[in-house]
Amino acid sequence: MTMASERSENFPIHDENPGPLLKVRDLRTTFTTPRGKLNAVDGVSFDLARGETLGIVGESGSGKTVLSRSIMSLLPRSGLEQSGSIEFEGIEMLSATPDVLRTLWGAKISMVFQDPMTSLNPVVRIGRQITESLRLHTGMDKTEANAMAVSLLTQVGIPSPEQRVRNYPHQLSGGMRQRVMIAIALACSPRLVLADEPTTSLDVTVQAQILDVLAKLQEERHMSVILVSHDLGVVATRTDRIAVMYGGRIVEIAPTDRLFRAMAMPYTKALVASTPRLSQPSHVRLTAIEGRPPDLVHLPKGCAFSPRCSYATDKCHSEVPPLTASRDNASHLFACWNPLPSTPVAITTTPGSSAS
Amino acid sequence: MSNIPTAADSIPALTGSSDIAKKKRFDVGLVFWIFTLWIAITVLAAIFASLLGLQDPNQGNYDILNQGPTTAHWFGTDDLGRDIFSRVIYGARVSLTVGFGALTIGMIIGGTLGMIAAYRRGPVDIIVSSASYVMLAFPALVAVIAIVAFWGHEIWKITIIIGVASIPLVFRVVRAATLSYATRDFVTAAKSQGATDWRIITKELFPNVLPAIISFYLIGVASVIILEGALAFLGLSVQPPTASWGNMISESRTYLSQNPWLVLFPSLAMVFFLVALNLIGDILRSTLDVQESQL
Amino acid sequence: MTRFVLRRLIALIAILFCISVGAFFLIHLLPGDPTVTILGPNDTPENRNALLKELGLNLPLWQQYLTWIWNVLQGNLGQSFITHQSVSKIISSAFPIDLELIILSQIMALGFSIPLAIASARRPNGLLDRASTTTSFGMLAIPPFILIVVLVLLFSIHLHIFPGPGSYVPFQQDPISNLHTMILPAIVLMVGSTTIYFRLLRADLIATLQQDFITVARSKGLSDRYIMWRHALRPSSLSLLASAGLNISGLVAGAFVVEYLLAIPGLGFELVNSIQQVDYLSVQSITLFVAVVIVLINFIIDFLFTVVDPRIARE
Repeated sequence: MTMASERSENFPIHDENPGPLLKVRDLRTTFTTPRGKLNAVDGVSFDLARGETLGIVGESGSGKTVLSRSIMSLLPRSGLEQSGSIEFEGIEMLSATPDVLRTLWGAKISMVFQDPMTSLNPVVRIGRQITESLRLHTGMDKTEANAMAVSLLTQVGIPSPEQRVRNYPHQLSGGMRQRVMIAIALACSPRLVLADEPTTSLDVTVQAQILDVLAKLQEERHMSVILVSHDLGVVATRTDRIAVMYGGRIVEIAPTDRLFRAMAMPYTKALVASTPRLSQPSHVRLTAIEGRPPDLVHLPKGCAFSPRCSYATDKCHSEVPPLTASRDNASHLFACWNPLPSTPVAITTTPGSSAS
Repeated sequence: MSNIPTAADSIPALTGSSDIAKKKRFDVGLVFWIFTLWIAITVLAAIFASLLGLQDPNQGNYDILNQGPTTAHWFGTDDLGRDIFSRVIYGARVSLTVGFGALTIGMIIGGTLGMIAAYRRGPVDIIVSSASYVMLAFPALVAVIAIVAFWGHEIWKITIIIGVASIPLVFRVVRAATLSYATRDFVTAAKSQGATDWRIITKELFPNVLPAIISFYLIGVASVIILEGALAFLGLSVQPPTASWGNMISESRTYLSQNPWLVLFPSLAMVFFLVALNLIGDILRSTLDVQESQL
Repeated sequence: MTRFVLRRLIALIAILFCISVGAFFLIHLLPGDPTVTILGPNDTPENRNALLKELGLNLPLWQQYLTWIWNVLQGNLGQSFITHQSVSKIISSAFPIDLELIILSQIMALGFSIPLAIASARRPNGLLDRASTTTSFGMLAIPPFILIVVLVLLFSIHLHIFPGPGSYVPFQQDPISNLHTMILPAIVLMVGSTTIYFRLLRADLIATLQQDFITVARSKGLSDRYIMWRHALRPSSLSLLASAGLNISGLVAGAFVVEYLLAIPGLGFELVNSIQQVDYLSVQSITLFVAVVIVLINFIIDFLFTVVDPRIARE
C-alpha cells in the first residue's frame, strides 16, 4: 500500500502539491434505463480547495447523490456512461483502474452515507468495521488498529468506546451509528470526505451534534468536505461555498455568505423560502416550490427550471443558460437568463441572514 | 422539517429497481409454454391411455423379449415382451395420480389451516403451528414407509398417506405467505368495513397467496413423484405387474447393461416431467414475485 | 440467552414426547401381525397367544407404551422380536454409517455450492450464472434412485472407479476402502443438497450485494473478494440455514433410500428390513431415535441462527 505514511496520531497536513484537491470538469454521468438515457449529472465543473467545505444542495432528483458517488467513482458499472474529468490529487478518477481506486477509497477519499441504519453490516462488530480499512491502508496490526478504533470512537463522542467496539450495530441508536460511520470514514484520515445527506434520517436534535463532530474533526485534520443535502439549513452555517444543483447541473455556486446575500437564481430563492428557520416567527408560512422536479430522462428545453419559474421568459424556455460569473464577484457563478435583481443594496430584503 | 421531498435521489441504478419491474405483466416466454404443453400432453395421455389404442401394458409376448426400439414397439419391449411405450404411459397414471392427488389433499387441508392460522393468530395459530413442528420433526419417509408397509400398497392408500404427510409442510409455506399479507393495510381496511372473516380470507388473502400456492404446488407434485419412485424402489409402491415409472426403473435396473432402454425411457419420462414441473413452478414464482426462501 | 435456550429446551422435550407417542401408536394402530412373521402363517392360535403374552403385546396399548417409554428413558431400547438383537446395538453399529454418509455429502455440497453461488452472484445473468442456474434446475429434477442407477453404471460397471452395491467396508476395518465405498452414495446425496443450497445462497447473495453496507465496504477500498467472504456471505446464509433445517429429514430419507439400494448397512437398511418383518419394537425405537436426531439437529441449527445473525438472540 502506498498510504503507509499517515500512521501517527497527530495527522500531518499534506500540502506538498498546491492547487485544488479536486478538479471536476464537465462531468457527465448518464444511466441507461428502460425509459431511455437518464442524465443524472449533466456537465458539472468545480474546484475544491484543501480544507474547504463545499455544500451541494438541491431537491431529490437534482443529481447531487449521483454527483457525489461519481466523484468517488463508486457507481454501479452496468448501464453507466461517464465523460469529463475528475482529478483528485492529480489522479484522474474516471480512468483509474479498480486497483488504483481501492488504494484511494477509505484512505484518501471516504464517504459518510445517508442512512446509518442500513450502512453498517448488521452481523459484523463495530470494531472490525472500523479496523478493517485501517489494517488495509495503514498496515497497522490488530492491536494498533483496535486501539485506534477506540480512539476514533472517543473522538466522535461515543461513550465507553472500549465496550462499544465489541457491540453489533443493532445495539446502537441511529445517532450513535452515524457517529460510527464518521469514525469509519475518518479512520485513515482521508483528504476528502463526501457526506451524502449525513443527517437526513436522524432526529433534529441529533443532526446538529453529528454535524458538529464532523466539523470538529475536519478542522483538526485539515480535510476537505463535500456536504450534500436537500436542506439549505444544514449547509448554510457549515460550508465555505455552496453549489445549488437542479436537473443534473450546477445552477448557482458561490461562497456561502455571498450566496445568501446576493442569490441570483430564482430556484435558489425558492429553496431558501421553503426552508424553515429558527429565526423566523413560527407563523411565517413556508412556500413550497410549485411543480415537480424535472424528469432527468426528458429534460425540458431551455433552462430546466423554467417550467416552474415565475420569472421565466421565452428565452428561458428555449435556450439553456450557461454558468457564468457574476459581474461584481468572480467567485459567484450562476446559470440564469433573468437573475434576481442582485444589487448589493437589494440583498438586505432577502431572508436567510442566518449564514452571516 | 422541510417540505422538499426527503427521499434520496431515486436513480434506478442506485436503488436497483426499474420501472418495468414494477409493472406486473405476465410475460413468461416460449420455454414456459413448451413445458406447459409437455405437462398437458403427459397428463392427457395418462388420463385417456385406454382410448389411445395402445397395446396391453401387462400382456407379455415371449416372441419379442428384450427388444430395442422398433416401429411396432417405439420404446422396445421388456424382459416379458411387454411394450415399454404402453407401460410408460400407463405408468404415468400411477405417478401422476399420487403426485397431484397427494398434493391436492395437502393443499386443501394444510393450505386452509395455514391461511386460518396466519389470519387469526392467537391460540389457533399456536396449536396448529406446534402440531406442524411435531409432524415435521417426524421423519416423513419413515412414517410413510411404515404405514404403507403395514396398511397396503393400493394407489389410493399411498396417495392419502403421502397427502397427509405433506400437510405440515404445505401449512408452513401457506402460513408464511399469508402472514406477509395478513397485516397489510388492505386487510385492516376490509376488517374496518365490517367484512366477515370468511370474506377476508377468500376475497382478500387468497388471491394474494395464490401465486405462492401455485408454484409450491407444482414443485411439491415433483417431490411427491420422486417419493413415489423411492417407495417403488423399496418395493412399497403399487405392486407388479401394474406399471409405475418408479417400479419400471426399479425392476429393470439389473438389466441395465444388456437392455438400457428398459431404464432409459421411464427415467426420461420422469425426469422430463419433473423438469417441466419445477421450471413452470419457478417461472411462475419469479414472474408473480414470490420470495424463493418462502418455498 | 439462558432464557432463550431454556424455552427451546422445554419445546424440545414436548416435541420429543409427542414424537414418541406418534411413533408408538403409528406402528401399533396399523394392521399386521408380528406372530405371523415370527411363527409363520400356519401355527396354532394357542402358540400365537403365548407369544403375544411373552412379547407383552396382549396388554392394553397405553400400558405397552408406558413400559416401552420407561425402558427407553433408562436407555433400554428393547430387543428385536425377530433377531433378538438389542435395538441399541443395531443403532450403535448402523447410525455412524448414516452420520458419515450425511456429513460427507454435506461437506461436498457446501464445498460446491458456496463458491459457485459466490461466483454466480458476482455477475448475475452472466455466463457462469446462467449455466449453473440451468444445471441446478436439471439436477433438481433427477431423483436419487435414477442418479444411483446412472452413477453405478458409469463409475462401477464401466469405469471401475468406485465399487458397486454391496461392497461396504466398515470404517474400523479399513478407513481408506470405507471412504472409497462411501463416495458414490455421498455424491448421490450431495446433488440434491447442492442445488438447493446453491439456489438459495445465490438469491440471497444477490439481494445482500444490493445493500448499503456493501457500498460502504467498497468505499473503504476493500477488495471484492474480502467483501464477498467477510461482509456478504454471513448475512446471506440465513435462508440456507433455514432450508438445511427443513431438509434434514429429507436428507435422512435420502440416505435411507441410498443405503437400501447400495446395501450399505446403515439405519435405513435396518429400518426397511424391520418394517418388512413387522418388527414392532425395532421400528418404533429406530423411528424414535431418528426423530430425536432430527430434532436435535434442528435445535443446533436454531442456535446457529443466533451465531450467524446476532440480532436474532435478542428477540
